[in-house]
Amino acid sequence: MRKKTIFDKIWDKHLVHEEEGKPTLLYIDLHLIHEVTSPQAFEGLRESKRIVRKPDLTFATMDHNVPTINRHNIDDPISAQQIDTLVKNCEQFGIKLFDLNSPYQGIVHVIGPEQGLTKPGMTIVCGDSHTSTHGAFGSLAFGIGTSEVEHVLATQCLWQVKPKTFEVKVDGKRPKGVTAKDIILSIIGDIGTAGANGHVIEYRGEAISSLSMEQRMTICNMSIEGGARAGMISPDEITFEYLRNKPNMENIDNEIVEWKKLKSDNDAVFDRSLKLDASKMSPQVSWGTSPGMVSGINNKIPNPKNIEDPVKRKSVEDALIYMGIKADMSITDIKLDTVFIGSCTNSRIEDLVAASKIFKGNKVANNINAIVVPGSQLVKYQAEKLGLDKIFKDAGCEWRESGCSMCLAMNPDKLSPGERCASTSNRNFEGRQGKGGRTHLVSPIMAAAAAISGRFIDVREYDIDWEDY
Amino acid sequence: MEKFINFSSKVMPLDSANVDTDQIIPKQFLKRIERTGFGEFLFFDWRFNDDGSPNENFILNKNEYKGSKILLAQDNFGCGSSREHAPWALRDYGFKVIISTSFADIFYNNSFKNGILPIVVDSKLLNNFFKFSIHDSSYKLYIDLDNQKIKDLNNEYYFELDPFRKKCLLEGLDDIALTMIHSDKIDIFEKQYFRST
Repeated sequence: MRKKTIFDKIWDKHLVHEEEGKPTLLYIDLHLIHEVTSPQAFEGLRESKRIVRKPDLTFATMDHNVPTINRHNIDDPISAQQIDTLVKNCEQFGIKLFDLNSPYQGIVHVIGPEQGLTKPGMTIVCGDSHTSTHGAFGSLAFGIGTSEVEHVLATQCLWQVKPKTFEVKVDGKRPKGVTAKDIILSIIGDIGTAGANGHVIEYRGEAISSLSMEQRMTICNMSIEGGARAGMISPDEITFEYLRNKPNMENIDNEIVEWKKLKSDNDAVFDRSLKLDASKMSPQVSWGTSPGMVSGINNKIPNPKNIEDPVKRKSVEDALIYMGIKADMSITDIKLDTVFIGSCTNSRIEDLVAASKIFKGNKVANNINAIVVPGSQLVKYQAEKLGLDKIFKDAGCEWRESGCSMCLAMNPDKLSPGERCASTSNRNFEGRQGKGGRTHLVSPIMAAAAAISGRFIDVREYDIDWEDY
Repeated sequence: MEKFINFSSKVMPLDSANVDTDQIIPKQFLKRIERTGFGEFLFFDWRFNDDGSPNENFILNKNEYKGSKILLAQDNFGCGSSREHAPWALRDYGFKVIISTSFADIFYNNSFKNGILPIVVDSKLLNNFFKFSIHDSSYKLYIDLDNQKIKDLNNEYYFELDPFRKKCLLEGLDDIALTMIHSDKIDIFEKQYFRST
């Protein structure tokens, strides 16, 4: 019998219909929706007089658009209408909604795992490219467009062309101060932003299996930034322990028996493989306008003159102009205006605990505006119970309500033209955090250290016990 | 969805790689709840200066290329978010075909759902199209979807395309209606699936 990867096993279990030369019809176990990519899908259902086939497998939240201060007063009437439309659509079609009054509201990819909705072996979709986050549990999770949202609402299925498989094996023990964020930025720096187009990545190796669930989510979250359709990690004891305390786990012992089968067979063949060594990695900082433009903290900005490929050279030249930095300058010489700790990549409780260790007893530099945005109301509650909010505020950070916030700046949190930000989010595209804004992607501890210094510094200069972070 | 009809058009050369969906349609326009009317916001931050005047250096604002239905772009077009607003904006503006050396997966999928044909060519051919269209703004290509060919006055080039996607474009098929044909299979799947889990 052909040896299977974990991806193959999940794919095969969800086959509803396949025909030679056509995409495959796959069954979807969990459909998460939010206010931005769903209104046109519901409108489509109404126009065609269709219903939601499985409202019980569909869950909604509002996150992209919501303010993080005075969240119940949305000034922008178009944003308010979008939020209001989601409420009405969920009511009409019988879908459970975690709205702004819910203690469980938050970023869609934070609350899925928190509410025990995300489980190993599932197929999970959402009209958001960072749906790959849920792959950390050994599920096949990917982002879809609004037409596909409508399709899943109507049929609970999706037509998919079978992607190829890509093994990314990260061996070795990561040095202190090198986090999951640094691992995934290193991977993207290696393969490039289109490096995994058409593939599903399985992350493996000692440096991956030793990560906590929240750090695994950070890794899988940014799979899309390497072009991958999805990223996944086999579930193990760490996964099962994490899930035990979550809601909806009444039957967990029986489920674990099945979940244990969710690993790639020993000699399963991947279409591609890449090996990296975590022990050689350092804290990463993105310097350009695409997540592949990334470098170790102690390196210099690349010089376009040394790049042969004309298309790549032009990209780097354009990026340096946009970012307002010069070739060959040291990353530690980049001065900042803003620090953002948050987003579906890095806004969970472990991220906030780690950042608080840097902020404790320190002050944010005078030139820096620092905001900390928890990923969900539950993360906010946990953080406040641990007194983290006080540490952040004492250091001079703003402590906000949950949401996507300055990751994509659809709400009032945004950069001004020319403003430079160290951000724990996932995209450094031009204007991503506000028109003319300049984004450098980093880990939460690198962001915190930058907030205090007012420029990038090597977080390893802090003598702190990170434990497993 | 409208059927795709073969056509001939001028070609707009957008000489950038990794054009992400944040550039195609910036976030401030994602708050609308309609599917149409996004064309005027296409490439907004590149197309307009801070004072709202058109950026004369940007290719979309060059008169000689106006009316092009074919967009050329460098590698990895459409990377980033899953927003279908990106193909909505391209379609609304008037683009029917995008030619590049590669596309991001979600954008590629979303394009077909909106009657846009993304064509993958090798870098040599792409560079030729760039060269010809930059040199001569009246340079035209004919897109022949039935035979999967791009033609100019002198040559024709074959391109690969999944036969099912081609059929959907040519016939303007609605995905959900297609799936409904298999609804008995979904019923049977669900019966077995929910019994066993």
